[in-house]
Amino acid sequence: MSDHKTPHPEEQRLLAGDPETTGHSWDGIKEFNNPLPRWWLWTFYATIVWGIAYTVMYPAWPLINGATPGILGFSTRANVAADIERFDAMNADIRTRLTEVELAAITLDAHPDLYNYAIQGGAAVFATWCSQCHGAGAAGVQAAGYPNLLDDDWLWGGTVDEIHFTISHGIRNADDPDARYSEMPAFGDLLGDADIAAVVQYLRNVSGQAADVTLAAAGEAVYLENCAACHLDDGAGDRFLGAPNLTDAIWLYGGSEAAIEHSVRFARFGVMPPWSAQASSAGRLSEDQLRAVSIYVHSLGGGE
Amino acid sequence: MSVTGAPQKLYAAREPVFPKRVSGRFRNLKWLILFVTLGIYYVTPWIRWDRGPELPDQAVLLDLAHRRFFFFWIEIWPHEFYFVAGLLIMAGLGLFLFTSALGRVWCGYSCPQTVWTDLFFTVERWIEGDRNARLRLWNAKWDVHKWRLRLTKWLVWLLIAMATGGAWVFYFADAPTLFVDLFTGQAAMVAYVTVAILTATTFVFGGFMREQVCIYMCPWPRIQAAMMDEHSITVAYRDWRGEPRGRGKEREGMGDCIDCNACVTVCPVGIDIRDGQQLECITCALCIDACDDIMAKVGKPRGLIDYMALTDEAHERAGKPKVSVWAHIFRLRTMIYTALWAGIGVGLTVLLFIRSDIDMTVAPVRNPQFVVLSDGSIRNTYDVRIRNMSHADSRYTISLGSDQPFEVMLEGQPGASVTVPLNSTLLQRVYLVAPAGSPAAGRERTDVRLWIEDEAGTGRAHRDTTFFGRPTP
Repeated sequence: MSDHKTPHPEEQRLLAGDPETTGHSWDGIKEFNNPLPRWWLWTFYATIVWGIAYTVMYPAWPLINGATPGILGFSTRANVAADIERFDAMNADIRTRLTEVELAAITLDAHPDLYNYAIQGGAAVFATWCSQCHGAGAAGVQAAGYPNLLDDDWLWGGTVDEIHFTISHGIRNADDPDARYSEMPAFGDLLGDADIAAVVQYLRNVSGQAADVTLAAAGEAVYLENCAACHLDDGAGDRFLGAPNLTDAIWLYGGSEAAIEHSVRFARFGVMPPWSAQASSAGRLSEDQLRAVSIYVHSLGGGE
Repeated sequence: MSVTGAPQKLYAAREPVFPKRVSGRFRNLKWLILFVTLGIYYVTPWIRWDRGPELPDQAVLLDLAHRRFFFFWIEIWPHEFYFVAGLLIMAGLGLFLFTSALGRVWCGYSCPQTVWTDLFFTVERWIEGDRNARLRLWNAKWDVHKWRLRLTKWLVWLLIAMATGGAWVFYFADAPTLFVDLFTGQAAMVAYVTVAILTATTFVFGGFMREQVCIYMCPWPRIQAAMMDEHSITVAYRDWRGEPRGRGKEREGMGDCIDCNACVTVCPVGIDIRDGQQLECITCALCIDACDDIMAKVGKPRGLIDYMALTDEAHERAGKPKVSVWAHIFRLRTMIYTALWAGIGVGLTVLLFIRSDIDMTVAPVRNPQFVVLSDGSIRNTYDVRIRNMSHADSRYTISLGSDQPFEVMLEGQPGASVTVPLNSTLLQRVYLVAPAGSPAAGRERTDVRLWIEDEAGTGRAHRDTTFFGRPTP
């Protein structure tokens, strides 16, 4: 404050021409001496000691192949491995019980702990092993014939036991003798173009899509003679043979005229590997993982 | 550039400060605030509050593991964190208000650093004596006497520090249980580490660092100095009245200051307030008490050192009447801060009373957007999180606020109702199905409103979301 009679000591010394300066002077500008606190200096030294100790204790100095390991033996990789082991040990009991309880009895009401574990664990198994074909959201890929697992239409059965069997043994593979198996003939070799065109219109008609009614009527005879053996007279399909229901709104490979004609002419042969390590040498999943992913798929909205 | 003189030290040792005991009105106020703040700090975790059998009965509890904050009758869930944000904004505005009105009053009276340092000074005086005895002890050799006093003082400091660090952890767990666990070695490692760190910081900051914390480590003084103005009340010396200062009986031509240094010896940060405003000053007002005492003895009016605004010096020097402290406090700037502060406070209080025991969030599952069912109907899936914030298990019914023919289904539940245990969140998969040929099934987007209602009919909540259909090509 300019109206103070007694200025701050620093100011007094400055006015007296004797300020406490560092003695440095640049073009007449002097530097006040405002030394840092000494404890600050000690803190600085302490951080240096800490830094050196840290690099001795923990992995630090980069070498050609890796880094100095540190005398504490600290390793994030080992920590993760220990965490995984710890969680495995914690889950050992629930995983055993998951394989012992009757599969269909594992529901939210009857066994909430098993059910919740299966949903969470099954989601992880699905994301790791199933999502490559069926998609992360389990909606499948129609263009490639990977089935949508969310809807209420099942080729081989939608109970949790049927789902478990399908996942365990797979579909149309040579690795597992119990794999789901059926094969549709390529009717391009057996039927003329006119018959194929007629049966395509018949299938469009019975599935409720726009169709040429005249051709469809002609196609019914072709259907009953060639297709009904597997897909049944009413077109509802046969899960025992994995023969799809042809009358509903869901088409594995698409319901357009072109897609249906392609299916009839060249047939389809969708495959799925066996996942059970017990049932097949090609399998990769343990029984508790199979059960978990079966319960997970069953819970996605289409389970029967 | 020229260099003259002997090389100087770049680092300065701390000048020890030996504040003298003082009594007076501001000292009494400081004692009161010290007892109240320390009392609140130590007692709060031990207050019990009955919330029913399934919930903690501690009145104030920060349950980090379960992400709940219990404060008497109020429970804050993570999604209500805006209450904490609101309180922090109020704390910020409160700092603006108090600093613009009263300067560094926070530093002087209620800062934990000030309160605990004050407590440590009290212990120091009790064991080692007042200023002169402590000065003598400081200069004395390290003999048995000095060791005995120093070790006693450090031990008492350490006990206070441990009690400080120890009390902190009781806010985060059931206090009686944790108290037993701490002494039987069963408490969590994080509790011991927290106690150890806070014990160390209390011991070092209160016993040894003291004013160094305020001068070199704390950002508040710099921020507060920037927020003060010339009308802010602060501790200052009436220069016009005191100068020229001087000792002796002959007072002709002299000011009121008898240069007794009472204000300097009581100062906990070791400054002379007569030098004017200084960044070290925490405005603890102890120099006012010391000077008032001396002025009474020499028969002069009190207030040579006083709470005053910086404009008062020139004003009073010119012979104008004294401006009341209240005139400095109640002015437009402080009124605006008060209004803002109170406005947020009222808003938060209203929010607190209108919030419901039910809350719901709806996350539409968009991979895929919709599923075609075998009868041609369209199904959308939603991950619905239901929070039961009441103190009883409740059953909730989910419905749709729409006259369209949607079907509502819950995964794993036979009907449209689900039970949520008290004080917990449930994740429920909800399906909405639009029948084949219905408007929603054939339209790209339909806005829908999901309602949730508890079966007792006491509360309900809703969330808006979107239903995706399959447009007919």
